[in-house]
Formats: sequence, structure tokens, C-alpha cells
Amino acid sequence: MAMMVLALVVILGLELCRGAGLSLRVFGWRFLGLSHWNPVNNDFGPLPCIVGTFVSSLLGLAIALPLSLATAVYLTELAPGWARRPVITLIEMLASVPSVILGLWGMYVLLPWLAAGPYPVLKRCLGFLPFFQGPVGGGYCVLSAAIMIAIMIVPIITSISREVFRSIPDTQREAAFALGATRWEATRLAVVKSSTRGIFGAAMLGLGRALGETMAVTMVIGNTHGFSASLLAPGSTLASTIASEFDEAVGSLYPSVLYEMGLVLLLVTIVTNILARLLLGAVRGRQHA
Amino acid sequence: MTQPSQPSVTAQPPASAPAPHERSAPAAPGVTFDVQGLNAWFAANQVLSDISLQVQPKAVTAIIGPSGCGKSTFLRTLNRMHELVPGARVEGRILLFGQDLYACDVDPTLVRRRVGMVFQKSNPFPAMSIADNVTAGLKLNGVRQRTVLRERLEQTLRMAALWDEVKDRLSANALSLSGGQQQRLCIARALAIEPEVLLMDEPASALDPLATAKIEELILELRRQFTIVIVTHNMQQASRVSDFTAFLYLGKLIEADHTKQIFTNPRIKQTEDYVTGRFG
Repeated sequence: MAMMVLALVVILGLELCRGAGLSLRVFGWRFLGLSHWNPVNNDFGPLPCIVGTFVSSLLGLAIALPLSLATAVYLTELAPGWARRPVITLIEMLASVPSVILGLWGMYVLLPWLAAGPYPVLKRCLGFLPFFQGPVGGGYCVLSAAIMIAIMIVPIITSISREVFRSIPDTQREAAFALGATRWEATRLAVVKSSTRGIFGAAMLGLGRALGETMAVTMVIGNTHGFSASLLAPGSTLASTIASEFDEAVGSLYPSVLYEMGLVLLLVTIVTNILARLLLGAVRGRQHA
Repeated sequence: MTQPSQPSVTAQPPASAPAPHERSAPAAPGVTFDVQGLNAWFAANQVLSDISLQVQPKAVTAIIGPSGCGKSTFLRTLNRMHELVPGARVEGRILLFGQDLYACDVDPTLVRRRVGMVFQKSNPFPAMSIADNVTAGLKLNGVRQRTVLRERLEQTLRMAALWDEVKDRLSANALSLSGGQQQRLCIARALAIEPEVLLMDEPASALDPLATAKIEELILELRRQFTIVIVTHNMQQASRVSDFTAFLYLGKLIEADHTKQIFTNPRIKQTEDYVTGRFG
């Protein structure tokens, strides 16, 4: 049974390679460095999508991680017994909301609000930075995508870090209390410090999800090709491009290009996971040196 | 946690010696802990009833008794660790050098800085080095100067008889130490913040005889500088390391006296039965 999973991954990879064959033959590996996108002229450059994928995912992770850790700390260390269950249930429910529903809510509720209030304020206060320039418009932008991603990955990061915190024995907390730590200091000293590896793992798992997050992102990112330093400008990710353009991909090269982008996404996700594991190994090595 | 408001004695006790064991009496001069009418509960379950005991300075007081007699709970009331358990409650007075630890204006975290504790199972912080474990409490107290930290590190590791074994690998992970070494590391960690008293909750019960002997040797050494209260289920250990022994049974203090007295000539039949191994 375990081999089935492996076989599935291999078949998936091979299938993607086969689909991407034409694009690979036409563009080769320099494909990755191309940044122009004009399907009418058979002009395909996925670099902005790749950058957009990483920017939106990392930004989403940056938003989600503190939120998730705070929630997990609250749930394991601070919350009174009666408050725990409802909060956990709510978070689990958030995880089960279909991506497309979240996208709808994002389009019709969150974006108009963001575009009316927070984004202009952000622009006014931090507009001197290249990240917050340009027109706000309807709020379709990379930052909105990152917020959607954050909402999508908060549940998984929260529940994994909660497991990690719960695995810390009470004797550790007592050790901190006996040194005169306040509840907050005990949490920091006995719980969070001992959990770096686990937190890292939780964050990486969240990142893995973020990179491939499709529907909600496609619905709010604006789906334009090209570079912009501004997070308030629309953009695209690998997943959003595939999702939004598959039905209009006519001819033989266009679909093949999308296949190749899928292949890139798969590779990126796998490489991220491997990197995460290597880094985790390093953290562990330091802890037990 | 709300405590019943009681008159608290914060000044030095009066010179005239009060009668010992009298309820709510001013603290007897010279004693470290003066426990007066202590009751403790876990929710509705009373685990300590009406305990009055004086703990002498620079001596080892052993708390003995069968499992479940409340000896660990008693120890944990001395540094206000008991109340960390949800639903746990304490009544009565515990004076530490005349100051009521349960007065409403007393911050429990400050109590725990004055009264250090070592636990049954060694519990070094696993993500930290040996050095960081020892200095963790100092850093909590805001000590940042490297020279001070370094000095205290060596001093306390020497006090805990661990320096020679770890001086070449201070940055190694604390879990790389053996069980006995880990426990001595925890003792060093507790000593680093310069407590006035050291509480030990069966500190050697998880260790092999050799490591136990080292801990006991250390206790006898530390007695010169600290007041030590040790909980033990091992009566030989109590007789080896302690100056005073208190026998607890079913949450009540049955007898407290010089260790020699308790083990050779107890006044109460129950004590005799217990120390001679007839029950417990």
C-alpha cells in the first residue's frame, strides 16, 4: 500500500512530463527565465508566476504563523477548559471550508472592505516603499492572495503546533515556574523554546499548502502576468495561471506550457519539502550536538 | 487564587520566644519556615489538614510517609506550586523568615525565586545547552552580563558537584548528560538564582544507587549553606541525609522531631510502625 503512494507520485510526474513534452522541446529550460506572456504570439514566460507563487506564499505564511502560534499557545497554555473545545471546533471548521467558498467571500466581502479601508491607509503610511505603490483598484492583488492563503493555512499550522506544544510534559512547565517564571515566561521558556523544530515543521507544512493553493488565490489575485514590486498590484501564481487559463488554452503549445508550469509547481513543492527536511535536520543536529 | 485574608507578619518576629505550634502565633525567631495550621485541597479533596511545622535553617528536614500521604503536596505549598493545579486551594499560614507567603500582597513568582525546587524526575530544558539551563533562571531575572552569567555558571555547577564533569562541554545539549548528572544540573539550575531554601521532591527516586549516593553527598554539602526540605519515600535516605524528620500520614502531621529521635525512639506508635516497616 505504501508503494502505491510512491507509484502515484511517479505516475503523476511522468504524466506531467509527457504533457509538458512539447513545451520542453520548444523552450527547453530557459523557459523558466522567460517573463513575457502573450499566448496569441506563442509567447510564454512563467517567471512572474513563479515569483508570485513564492511571494504570496511566504507573505501568507508570515501572516499565518504568528496568528497560529498565538492561537496554539492560547489553546494549550492559557485557555480555561470550557473555552478550548469551541475554539478548536471553529478552527477545524475553518479548515473544512471549501477553497472556492472562501474565494467568494474574499471577492465579495473582504476585497471591497480592504480596498476601501486598510489598503489606502497602508499606501498612505508606507507608500514610500516600493511594496505599497500603485493604484488600489478593487483590491485584486498579491497581498489579498496572501491574506487568503493565510486564512487557508492557519488551521493546519495551529493544529500541528498545538500537538507539538501539548507533547511538552508538564514537568517542563513546572521547572520554569519553580524558577519564578510568570505564566508567559514559562510558556516561552519551557514550551516555545523546546518546540522550534516542531514549529518549523508546522510552518513548512503550511508553506507546502500555500504554494499549491489554487482556487481562493485565483479568485482574488487579479491574474495578470508581469512583474511588479508592489504587493497592491495584481499578479498571478503557477496554480492560479493553470486554473484560470486551462479552458482557454487552445492549440497544442499553450496546454503543454500549462503542463510544464504544473511540473514546475510539483518540483517546487517537492524541493521545498526536501529543503525543509534538511533544515530540520540541521536544527536537530544543533540541539543534540 | 484568592486567599483568606489573615493578619500577616511582615516584620521581624519579636524577641520573646512564642510557644511553638500555637495557631497564628508570630513566627518563632530563627526558623526558616513556620507553617501554621496548613490545609490544602485538590478541588473538594482535602489532602493536608491542619499541619503545623517549623523548618530549621541550614539543616535538612525530611518529609516521610506512605504514598498519597500528602508529602509532595506539602512541599509544593512551601513555594506556592500547589496552586498551579486547577482547583487546588490552600488555607493557613506559612511564614518564611517571618513573612507570610500566602498574604494577598505576595507575588507567587517572587516566592518561587526565594524557594527553589528540584523535582522527582530531572527536567532540564531539552532544547538548551548545559550552560543555558543553569543560567535560565538568571536570565528570567534580567541578568544579561556575560561575565556575571559565566561566573554564576561555574560557581553553581561547582556547588552541584558537576563542574568537573561538564566544564569541557558546557555548550552541549543538556540531554547528553546521564540521569544523575541531569538531576545535579537541575539542582545547579535551582541554585543559580540564589534561593534561600531548596525543596527536593524525591530527587533520587529515579536514579541508580551510585547516582543516588552522589545526590545524597551533595545534599549534605549544600546543607552548610541552605535550608533544605526533602520529600522521600526512602527511610534509609531520610536517616542518612536529614537532621529533622516529619512523618505525614493521611494528610496529617503525625510527628516531627530530630531524625535520630524519629528513627530510634519515636513518641507515637504510628511513626514507629512506619519507620520499622510495619506498614506503608
